[in-house]
Amino acid sequence: MITVLFFAGIREEMGLDELKIVEKNDMTVHQLKQYLQNKYNLSSFSQVMTAINESFVTDEEVIKDQDIIAFIPPVSGG
Amino acid sequence: MTESLFRIVQDPISVEEVTNQVSRKEAGAITLFIGTVREFTKGKKTLSLEYQAYEPMAVKMLNQIGEEIKNRWPDAWVAITHRIGKLEISDVAVVIAVSSPHRKTAYRANEYAIERIKQIVPIWKKEFWENGTMWIGDQLEITEYPEGKPVMEE
Repeated sequence: MITVLFFAGIREEMGLDELKIVEKNDMTVHQLKQYLQNKYNLSSFSQVMTAINESFVTDEEVIKDQDIIAFIPPVSGG
Repeated sequence: MTESLFRIVQDPISVEEVTNQVSRKEAGAITLFIGTVREFTKGKKTLSLEYQAYEPMAVKMLNQIGEEIKNRWPDAWVAITHRIGKLEISDVAVVIAVSSPHRKTAYRANEYAIERIKQIVPIWKKEFWENGTMWIGDQLEITEYPEGKPVMEE
């Protein structure tokens, strides 16, 4: 099982803070983005960064069981 | 030091408290950056703001900025507190304090810290106007996303 976290605009679009996905191991970040985009009809991940277990990763990173994946839209703190 | 140097908080920030975290007898300068909630952005009146954070990662990234500063300016001490939740106009959203033996380091490291916050720290602000709301898209305040969808700049 993996946990996916959503923030800011994507959180509102999803209507969810987080999502648990069973049996979606061994796919890349890119594949997860495509899966979510198709399933939830999301607008765009084009500018969205991804973190796995609180570290930024690229789209090629392979997701492992128990990972926490966070989608990070462009940040606007400060 | 009992309090962590890099914090995300819900309650109002005490500027003095953050300053005291870097105060020391070797310092010849302390620079403070106080980020406040602005009323007008590109002519649009903001009524209030809401900051959201991916808290554990935001704290981790603030610590990373601290490490980067230590590598670039070994004699600087830095403390950063960012507030999240609902904020009103003029409220303090972030305080960065840097102390150093000489002033140039304190100025430079402080500016570096705020620029890095706007790049890598997972904190987002939502603006509330009289006629709507919007999650602000990036640190340059150029890209805006109504309900998460990229739009052209006005």
